[in-house]
This record gives sequence, C-alpha cells and structure tokens, in this order.
Amino acid sequence: MSEYLVNLKINDLSVSVPEGTTILDAAKKLNFRIPTLCHHPDLTVAGNCRVCVVEQKGSRALVASCATPVSEGMEIFTNSRKVRDARKNVIELLLSEHNADCTKCFKNGNCELQDLASEYRVGDHVFIDLVKTSARHEIDISSPAIQKDDSKCIRCQRCVRTCHEIQHVSALAVVNKGEHQAISTFLNKPMNDVVCTNCGQCINRCPTGALAERSYLDQVWDMINDETKHVIVQTAPAVRVALAEPLGFDPGNRVTHKMVSALKHIGFDSVLDTDFTADLTIMEEGTELLTRLKKALVDGDKSVKLPMTTSCSPGWVKFIEHTYPSLLDNVSTCKSPQQMFGALAKTYYAQKKGLKAQDIVSVSIMPCTAKKYEADRPEMRDSGYKDVDYVLTTRELAMMIKQAGIDFESLPDMEYDRIMGDSTGAAVIFGATGGVMEAALRTAYEIVTGSEVPFKNLDILPVRGFEGVREASVTIDGCTPEWSFLEGVELKCAIAHGLENAYQLMKAVYEGKANYHFIEIMACPGGCLGGGGQPIPTNEEIRSKRAQAIYAEDSGLPLRKSHDNPEVQQLYKEFLGAPLGHKSHTLLHTHYKGRKRY
Amino acid sequence: MKDKKLKKVDLIFECNDCKPVEVLEKTLKRDQDEIILDIIDSGLKGRGGAGFPTGLKWKFTKNEDSAIKYVICNADEGEPGTFKDREILSRVPEKIFVGMAICGYAIGAKEGFLYLRGEYNFLLKDLNATLDKFNAQVKDLGLDFTISIKSGSGAYICGEESALFESMEGKRGEPRNKPPYPTVAGYNSKPTVINNVETLAYVTMICRLGAQQFKDMGTNDSRGSKVFSVSGDTPIAGIYELELGMTVQEFVNEFGDGDTKAVQVGGASGSCVPRKNFADTIIGFEGIPTGGSMMIFNSSRSMYNVLHDYLEFFAEESCGQCSPCRIGCQQLLKGIEAVKRKERNPQYLEDLKKLAATMKLASKCGLGQSVANPFTSIVDNFKEEIIY
Ligand SMILES: Cc1cc2nc3c(=O)[nH]c(=O)nc-3n(C[C@H](O)[C@H](O)[C@H](O)COP(=O)(O)O)c2cc1C
Ligand code: SF4
Ligand code: SF4
Ligand code: SF4
Ligand code: SF4
Ligand code: FES
Repeated sequence: MSEYLVNLKINDLSVSVPEGTTILDAAKKLNFRIPTLCHHPDLTVAGNCRVCVVEQKGSRALVASCATPVSEGMEIFTNSRKVRDARKNVIELLLSEHNADCTKCFKNGNCELQDLASEYRVGDHVFIDLVKTSARHEIDISSPAIQKDDSKCIRCQRCVRTCHEIQHVSALAVVNKGEHQAISTFLNKPMNDVVCTNCGQCINRCPTGALAERSYLDQVWDMINDETKHVIVQTAPAVRVALAEPLGFDPGNRVTHKMVSALKHIGFDSVLDTDFTADLTIMEEGTELLTRLKKALVDGDKSVKLPMTTSCSPGWVKFIEHTYPSLLDNVSTCKSPQQMFGALAKTYYAQKKGLKAQDIVSVSIMPCTAKKYEADRPEMRDSGYKDVDYVLTTRELAMMIKQAGIDFESLPDMEYDRIMGDSTGAAVIFGATGGVMEAALRTAYEIVTGSEVPFKNLDILPVRGFEGVREASVTIDGCTPEWSFLEGVELKCAIAHGLENAYQLMKAVYEGKANYHFIEIMACPGGCLGGGGQPIPTNEEIRSKRAQAIYAEDSGLPLRKSHDNPEVQQLYKEFLGAPLGHKSHTLLHTHYKGRKRY
Repeated sequence: MKDKKLKKVDLIFECNDCKPVEVLEKTLKRDQDEIILDIIDSGLKGRGGAGFPTGLKWKFTKNEDSAIKYVICNADEGEPGTFKDREILSRVPEKIFVGMAICGYAIGAKEGFLYLRGEYNFLLKDLNATLDKFNAQVKDLGLDFTISIKSGSGAYICGEESALFESMEGKRGEPRNKPPYPTVAGYNSKPTVINNVETLAYVTMICRLGAQQFKDMGTNDSRGSKVFSVSGDTPIAGIYELELGMTVQEFVNEFGDGDTKAVQVGGASGSCVPRKNFADTIIGFEGIPTGGSMMIFNSSRSMYNVLHDYLEFFAEESCGQCSPCRIGCQQLLKGIEAVKRKERNPQYLEDLKKLAATMKLASKCGLGQSVANPFTSIVDNFKEEIIY
C-alpha cells in the first residue's frame, strides 16, 4: 500500500489513511462499523451484496464502501437516512429470496445474514416470497463431506472466490443470469461428481448456511447410546486450539484436556489422540523418504520418484488426483494419521483390549471436512471394516458439547486414555503448515546422524510461518555408517498451504523446474488449523493465534520427537515390526488413482 | 435556451464522396492534443446512453502512463427498440473504423476492437472484408494501429462497458466496481477508450467538417445531431438522423399516428413521457436523454403490458450478481402482477416505487440503476392501467 496519505471525512470526523484504502477500512479506523456480506478479508473484493453502501457527498448514487477507495476531500456518511433506507430495503430483498428456517440451520447464531436481519429488525415479508415460487429447494447431499442448499444462498460469491483464488479448484461457479443466476458446478453435476476436493474452505467463508458440512452428529449420538458398541474417539492436533472459539473463548486458547473431559462426559468409551498416529506417520513417512533417497542416490533406481510429497491432507490428495495424476507416484504412500488410527483401532487396539472389531465404532474429531470424504474412500477399509466410521468437525463437537449441556469452562482437565493416547510435540505441530516437515526433520535427521537437528530447542523456524510457499534446507552432518551416502547432502524442502500455492509448487515440479527432496502440502490456508471444519469466522489473525497456540503446546511437552513416543515404540515391538514392514504396508499405506478434471 | 424545431440531418449515412480514409490521412497530420481539444470543443457526448463527453474520455486515457492502451467500439446494441448501430455498421463501417483509428492515434493505442453483438454475426463477413482493407490502408499511412472484431454472445449486460471487458477477457460478463474507470483500467486492466458505434462515426465527421459545424447544431447541453430508432405506433418506423433539442411534441407531430398517448424515450431503460408532458420535455441531456430508441404508443396500448414486458426483460437480463437488481427486478415484476390480480392492494405500488429508488441508489451498474426510469414514470403516469 502506498505511503501517500489521503484525507477525508466520515460522519463529519476527519481521518487520514494511505492511498488505496477502502472507505470500509477507513471507517473501521474511526470505529464506524459498516455491515458487509460479500466482503471477506481473505478474498478479493466483489461489491455485489450492496449492504455496505454509504453516501458520498456529491454523488447521485450510494457507493459500495468495500469496493470504493478513498479520495482526497471525500465526505462520507455511513448512517444517513438514505443509507439506512436503502440498506434495509436490500436486506428485505435478500430475505425475500431466502429460506429462513433458522431454527434448523447449522449457522443459527453465527450467521451474517441473520445478524444483519436482526439488527434491522427485518422479519415479516415486505416483499413477495420468492422462495416458494422457485425451484431452488433441493439440497445437494451427494458428497459425504459437503452439503449445498441453494435456498439459503445469497449469491455473494464468497465460495466461488474461495474455490478459485485460494484453492485453484473452481468447482463452484456462477451460472445463468437474472432470476436464474445461481452458484453451480460444472454442468450442474452433483458436488460429489466434480473436482471439489471437499476442503470445506467455501463453508468457512459462506456468510449463511448455504454451504455446510454433512453432519453425522445424530448417528454418533445413536452409537454412544448403543450399549453393545465400544465407541472410541480420536482428536486431531488442530482441534484443541480452536474448539474453544464456538464455546465463547477468544481464539488461541488451548483446551486439550478440557476437551478430553468433555468427550468422556459425552460418553465415549475411550478418548484417544490422533497425535499418536501423527507420530506414527512420521516414523513411516520419514523412513519412506530415507528409503527413496537411498534408492535414488545409491541404487540409481530410476523408478523412484522425488521429490516426495506428504499425503496427510485428503483435500490435497483429491486435488492432485484431478490436477496432476502423473505425479501421484511422488505422493507418500502413507495414509493420513486419521486413517492409520482407524486401521489400528480395529486391529491392534481391538486385540489389546480383547474386543471384536465389529463392536468398535471409531469416531474422529477433525478440523477438516475432507476427512469425511477420506473415511468413505474404498481404500480405507484395510482392517476388514470401515476403518473410521464417523468423522465430526470441530464445529460439530462444539455443538455436541452444547447439546450435552456441559459447562465447558468449569470442566476439570483430564488425560487421554491408553492405548493410542500418547503423543509428542512433533505430532501437535501437524496442525500448522510446516509442522509435518518440522516433525519429519526432527526424526529423520536423528535416524541418519544419531544427533538432534541443528536448531535451537528443536524449533526449525525456517519452515514456520504463513508465507504461501516456503523453502528450507538442512545440510546433513555426521551420518552414521549406514547412512554415509547422505553425508554432506543438502536436504531441500518446500512447504505450501492452500491449494493455489500447492498448485504453483507442483507446477514447478511437473515442469522439472524444482529440485526438492521433500514437499509438505496442506490443502487449507495455515494448515489444518485453518481447516474447513474449524470454527467460523476465519481470517489471518485468527489463524495465526491458533498457530501460536500450537507451537506453545509443542514447547510445553516433555517429548517433542515422534520416535520418542513410548506407545509408538511399543506398537512396533508388539505389532508392526519395523517401519515400512509387511504389516505397516497392509494397514498404513495405500495408493491413489488419477481422476479426470471433468 | 432557443427552441429547436425538428430538423433532419444527413451526416452519418451521407456518403456522396465518402472517403473516410482521407479524413484519417488528413487528421494524422495534426497534433494529438489538438485533435482531442477539437473533440472536446465540438461538445460531442457519447451516443451509447450515458452521454459522457467523448473528448474528455480521450484526454483522460491519453494522460495515463501506459505502454499498452486500447480503443474499443461498443457494437453490442442491445437496448430494446434500438437498431441504429446495425444500420451504421452495415452502411458506413469505414466511418467507425476511421473514428477508432483517430482515437488510437490521439491517445497512443496500437490495438482496437469492435465488440459485435452476437445477433449481428451476419454482418461479420462484410465487416471483416472492409476491415482487412482498412487495416492495410492504416499501415500504408504509417500508423501502428490494428483493429479486430470480437463477437459477443447475446447478453444485454455485455453492452455495459466493464462487463464487455470481462466478456472480452473470456470471463463471465459481469460489471466491475468503479472506480477504476476504463480510462484507467479497462480491457486487460489497461487504459481503454470505449465508445459507441455512432459516437465514433461522429468523430470522423467532426474531423472532416470541423468542430464548429457540429457545434452549431443542437443545444448547449446536447450538441449536434443524433441517429434515432423510431418504432411502435408510427406509420414511418425507421432510422432518422435528427438535430438534437426538439421536444417530444415536435417529435410526435412528425412521427406519431395522431393518437399517441406516450413515448418511451431511451428504450426499456429510459423514461416514459405521457401526452401531457410532450410539449415541455426536451429530447436530450437537459430533458430525457436517449441512446436512440423512441417507442411510440397510441391509445390502444396497455401501459401495464408495456411495463410488464420491460420488467420481464430486466428480470431476465440482469447479470444477477448484485442483490438490489437481481431480486429487485423480480419483485417489481411479481409486484405489479400481484397488484393487477388484486393479491396486493394498490398501496403496494408505493413500496415498489421505494424499491425502485433503492435500486437506483444501490445497484452496482447502470442496468439496475435505470430500472426505476420506466417503472416510476409509467406507474406515476398510468397508475389506473397498472391497477385495473
Ligand atoms: C446495461 C447496459 C447496457 C449497455 N449497452 C450498451 C450498448 O449496447 N452499446 C453502447 O454503446 N453502450 C452501451 N452501454 C453504455 C456503455 O456502458 C458505455 O457507456 C458506452 O459504450 C460508452 O460509449 P459512449 O461514451 O460513446 O456512449 C450500456 C450500459 C449499460 C448499463
Ligand atoms: S442461513 Fe442464516 S438466516 Fe438463513 S436460515 Fe440459516 S441462520 Fe437463518
Ligand atoms: S470444498 Fe473446497 S474444493 Fe470443494 S467447492 Fe468448497 S472450496 Fe472448492
Ligand atoms: S453458497 Fe454461501 S458463499 Fe456461496 S454465494 Fe451462496 S451464500 Fe455466498
Ligand atoms: S445492477 Fe444488475 S446488471 Fe448491474 S451488476 Fe447489478 S445485477 Fe448485474
Ligand atoms: S460488502 Fe460491499 S458490496 Fe457486499
């Protein structure tokens, strides 16, 4: 933004802001709030909802404050009669084409349209009800992850911009004009039949309930109430730093042990941690990377693909299946921590607990909507059963806690159950972009050299942060004899989060312009902490608070390297053998197949 | 203001010793700023509807510091009741191309595009033949400027300049936020002059005859002459070039069938003038401006049906992106139907007028902003016909 300051007046108060600032932001500086609907801080400006209109002295029409830059000497009125009348009229119009069944709606209480309508006390229809006369009533529930209800859509296009600008997917687009204008998919196909990655980023930015996760709350309650079932639950790393938000706390609060308490209270038979399999993923993936390096560098095996990319983000997996199917061999064969957990729950865990696999119901709490889709994949049944039965989002868990009437704040802290409840700091940081890379480096470096990564306090700062694509390298120094071929090798890594960034990085790989060894990719901005199942709203400030919480959780843990996880060590001893061993191969690894874009 | 009588003019289609390229050759010898000053001096305002002073538009674009600039001719002619651009395109296309080349020279653009309405594709063959010849002639004159034609795909909204750029860029034809204006960031986000077909043809004539001859015609606010598309209840429907400044009464005297009850000036997005206002309403920027469409209705017409048709058109042709226009058009349409069917009482028309006023104030582009013109003028003047 320019250094040049522009002077203007808003509601008779003077303010100076840098050239290029919008009226909306200038007003914010003076603490005048202007309502918005199509505006979102993560996205480009649309200027289509028109609820942010303000009066500009000398201008015949009102101007959209989100889309209009300030100019010298401008005089703005944000709350004149003209503004209020027009704004109210626009809200009335929006409601006239809106199916406002708020009590059933998952956005009830957290809906930008509802807030605005309540603020202006718009309720009974001034205008003719267009919902009844339109055919936009069928809810698309074809996808196991995302549902789309056009009767709640206000056509703000935030989803369209999200899917295009942040995710480079463009599964959603505007079709038709006039009264038939709608947000649709390629050839109006069901969501499950298009390029959608199920990342849920559009849900996070939809101001209404038009886009939502498919909810499995009722099914999970049924299972909990079923005495014949042993219901276990795993919680992903990023959930613990965000769950507090919909329960009334500020972003950045860590509530790991209250969450465990709440889950026990709700009635899960065993409360376990996805972090356990995050550590396991590092053992498998780290070994896979080293194996690939050995095959490529020592054996000269041309069939080995480098760089190797991570595979724990199911939105990313579906993205590459559609976008670069020819690069699928670069993707690690490791399943995501959720699915490793699921596969072990109905084998190892069942054995140890003396339970029958068919009596176990495995639930996971994820910051992610794509994990719902992942759990449904045919590849994810290696235990002989559906490895993960139900996936709930952070938001759904918050709703469950509310439904159970739990006063979250007063809950005592409780520990995860065993087995599969142990974790390390390396697993916790899986929830932030760069975290898998950092965890992998902490372990791989030590395997190869016998000493810790050469970073203070094990904090590999170059891989942290929110830069869209980041590069880092570590020179391997002091290899043990077995790994001597890596002595002095500069291990080159790259990290991308958000699929647009992932696309840019993989394009370079595809074109042979990148010479990395290892790439971490997370489909969502900020990594899982910004996942499509996380509390709404989202913006960079909230995401960075969650990231701070994650790194704080890591530094406070006694164990911070995945290979130090005692339960993981025990698992290898008692059940798996060695990383990449036969059992690992059948339970913890998989292969994906390419898909068409259209 | 002196009273103008209706006067037929013959500048646009006149082609006796019509050699537009000679005008270009002559004009290229002049200084760029001088040409622009001349166009400003002539008082020429855009003929596409909005009426922005053409010379100023050029000046702003010339002043932009950019290696790439564009000239675009808006030949999307989609306003109901307007068919004059088609006539200009088929009879004197060279005048348009010369206008574009003069503009290119004046503002420093090397590329020009003619955005042709999809329904006019039948003109493509002839236009391209003329254009090939013309581009070669321009080259011979030593001017680095090439024109090509882009075909639209039949949406009214793509005539709106920023939607037209989006469409040319291969995107969905949705109007953009303004500012920035096209003179700063138009096609491909580069400084762009976009002018109507007729505007550009007048540029050629002004350069040929001098600004004074043009300026001598019309009124202070509305200089020169303009091409009108006359339709409806008239025995002599067709295209007429008339001096600006006449009243609706004078117009009706010439074109009406003796039983005229209203004239819709400016197409569906224009205003309806009832008989009682004929004498006091000037056709032009001091009264009711028009992009050229003049629709005449006699007493056999139902103004409810007329308004209904217009609203159906807008409900269909709104791009649909902004709430006031997308939903507002449907509400106005369904609203008058409900009043007609007695499902809502006549008082509801007042709510609808307020809605139309909101659309004028809050819509994103000229389409939604202008729906109030026909709506309010017809409802105010023909309320009984709407209700009963
Ligand atoms: C909905 C809408 C449709 C329009 N259609 C046309 C059109 O078909 N042709 C045209 O020249 N201008 C049209 N315009 C006006 C253009 O946006 C623009 O003002 C014009 O092309 C500028 O040229 P001028 O200054 O020579 O009139 C339209 C405007 C709106 C809002
Ligand atoms: S989207 Fe908002 S306004 Fe609409 S039903 Fe849901 S909560 Fe209510
Ligand atoms: S879930 Fe992700 S990929 Fe699918 S439509 Fe939404 S933003 Fe696009
Ligand atoms: S689905 Fe949601 S984000 Fe997308 S246009 Fe509709 S209301 Fe906006
Ligand atoms: S006013 Fe109408 S045509 Fe213009 S942007 Fe809004 S919806 Fe589109
Ligand atoms: S928030 Fe400004 S137009 Fe929607």
